[in-house]
Amino acid sequence: MTGAYRKKRNYFILLFLAGGFIIYTAFLVAPLLHAIFYSFRGGPGIVPREFVGFQNYIQLFTQNPYKERFFGAFGNTVKFFLIVTFFQNFIGFFIAILVTRRFRGNTFFRRISFLPTTLSVIVAGFLFTLILNPVWGIFDKFLEVIGLGFLVRPWLGTPSIALVVIAIVTSWQYLGTSIIFYTAGIDAIDSEVLEAAKIDGAGPLAEIRYIIFPSIIPIIGIVTILIFIGDFTQFDIVYAMTGSYANPQYGTDLFGSLFYRSAFFPTGRGGYGMGMGATIATVIFFIVTIGVLILLFTFRMRGLGRKKEEIE
Amino acid sequence: MIKFNNGILKTILYVILIIYSLTIFYPIFLMIITSLKGNKEIFTRPYNLPQSFNLGGYIQLFKISNYLIYFRNSIIVTITSLLIILFLSSLISYVLAKYKFTGSRFLYFYFIAGLIIPIKLGTIGIMREMITLKLFDTLYALIIVYVAMGIPFGVFILTDFIRLVPEELSNSARIDGCSEPKIFFKIIFPLIRPALAAVAIINFIPIWNDFWFPLNLIRTDSVKTIPLATAILFGQYETNYGLIFSVLATASLPVIIFYLILSRQFVKGLSSGALKG
Repeated sequence: MTGAYRKKRNYFILLFLAGGFIIYTAFLVAPLLHAIFYSFRGGPGIVPREFVGFQNYIQLFTQNPYKERFFGAFGNTVKFFLIVTFFQNFIGFFIAILVTRRFRGNTFFRRISFLPTTLSVIVAGFLFTLILNPVWGIFDKFLEVIGLGFLVRPWLGTPSIALVVIAIVTSWQYLGTSIIFYTAGIDAIDSEVLEAAKIDGAGPLAEIRYIIFPSIIPIIGIVTILIFIGDFTQFDIVYAMTGSYANPQYGTDLFGSLFYRSAFFPTGRGGYGMGMGATIATVIFFIVTIGVLILLFTFRMRGLGRKKEEIE
Repeated sequence: MIKFNNGILKTILYVILIIYSLTIFYPIFLMIITSLKGNKEIFTRPYNLPQSFNLGGYIQLFKISNYLIYFRNSIIVTITSLLIILFLSSLISYVLAKYKFTGSRFLYFYFIAGLIIPIKLGTIGIMREMITLKLFDTLYALIIVYVAMGIPFGVFILTDFIRLVPEELSNSARIDGCSEPKIFFKIIFPLIRPALAAVAIINFIPIWNDFWFPLNLIRTDSVKTIPLATAILFGQYETNYGLIFSVLATASLPVIIFYLILSRQFVKGLSSGALKG
């Protein structure tokens, strides 16, 4: 390789990388570093200038109202995540198994499962708020008609129920994504393996247990990680269904809505100032990173274990 | 693959899937039929089909708001962002896939790391950058953020895809005196079209539907996108049911129709994304 060619090549590599690198670095990486940087600052004014060390963190974890709101939102986010994960993984896997069977119309069911995902979370949230609200009361009336009238309650007015409701609406919206992911995984399984299993006399349950399930473990990992990242910064559904204050009594407050209020609301209306907003963002970021690493590690390890078994 | 020869099993399968489809269709169907009812009918006959097509809600919506402008804004932002994402991430992917240089592996992971970074958490910083650049409250602010958000996935999908393009193709072009950029545009770019389509499809829905960034970066009415406009109209007219259902239906129908037309491509794009991971 001649020197001139090399130089030209380097120049071209630089040119190709530059645009994407700059935008990605300046508007995705730098803003997060910015949050970490400002989480150590405090003082008066909109832009906190004083270095205060870990003071924001200490306040967040030990002083009210920060502590109460933070741990409240943490608990809710974990519950929310568990409910959504349950629906999307179990029901998603179950329906994926069904739509990968050979029968008339299976592609139709696959395609429509993704339909709710095309709606904006805002639209889905508002729509279900209307369906569930006592004024129009279409859901309550429906329950009465089918004889389950005793179940009627203020769906979005009771803290313990409201959180479950918004988690179910979120699952309704995104179930299609996991169905498509799982069907893709099941379709990719070598048909010879399935044939062989059949010749060996494996029934449907054995097929699911020993062939389908192990081969889509990596996809379960991806789905879970996507849900995890989405739910730990979920905001839209709270805004649409229970408002920025996560009614009732912060019962549906998630990390996303807590961050929104603390960073962008004026003090006195739920805002904690930019320093504390940045601190909350940093803590959430930290939790998400650790969580993703744990999930990656878990699903990788299982995948590797399987490979080892195959070799042996 | 198991075939259901057993009639009972097949019936159960259909029953479950039909119930599941009803849970999908019914809320959307309800939204559309209700939007075509008058204010009174919404309460008196909530489950029935509309007695006559009442377009009152829609007419009112277009009268009280600049809906066509919101629609235009959403289209501009989405299409521009997608084009830039495709362009920039395919350039990056080409270099990372075909050239070994110091730090190329690191750069790949640097870009991929964006897949697990929740960009929302950097919003304070993004807001301040946009104010400094005088882009706050403009469509450019949204486009830039969506491009930054879309690059990691683009690089993730496209790098592997470009690696599969045989080296002989570019080498023979090089011998013919083709310059490096020309090789990219003339040979690589056309070959990776299916992967580009997958990247565009996967990025389309989250960009079109994004509510968080317009909420935080947009203030002026004439630069609102549909999700933000929907939320604001909903807040203002919450009790005017006839209008509100039209707002929700107008916000969702374009994407629903778009999806129904291209659902095959969507499912294919998403599936390839799933298997790559």
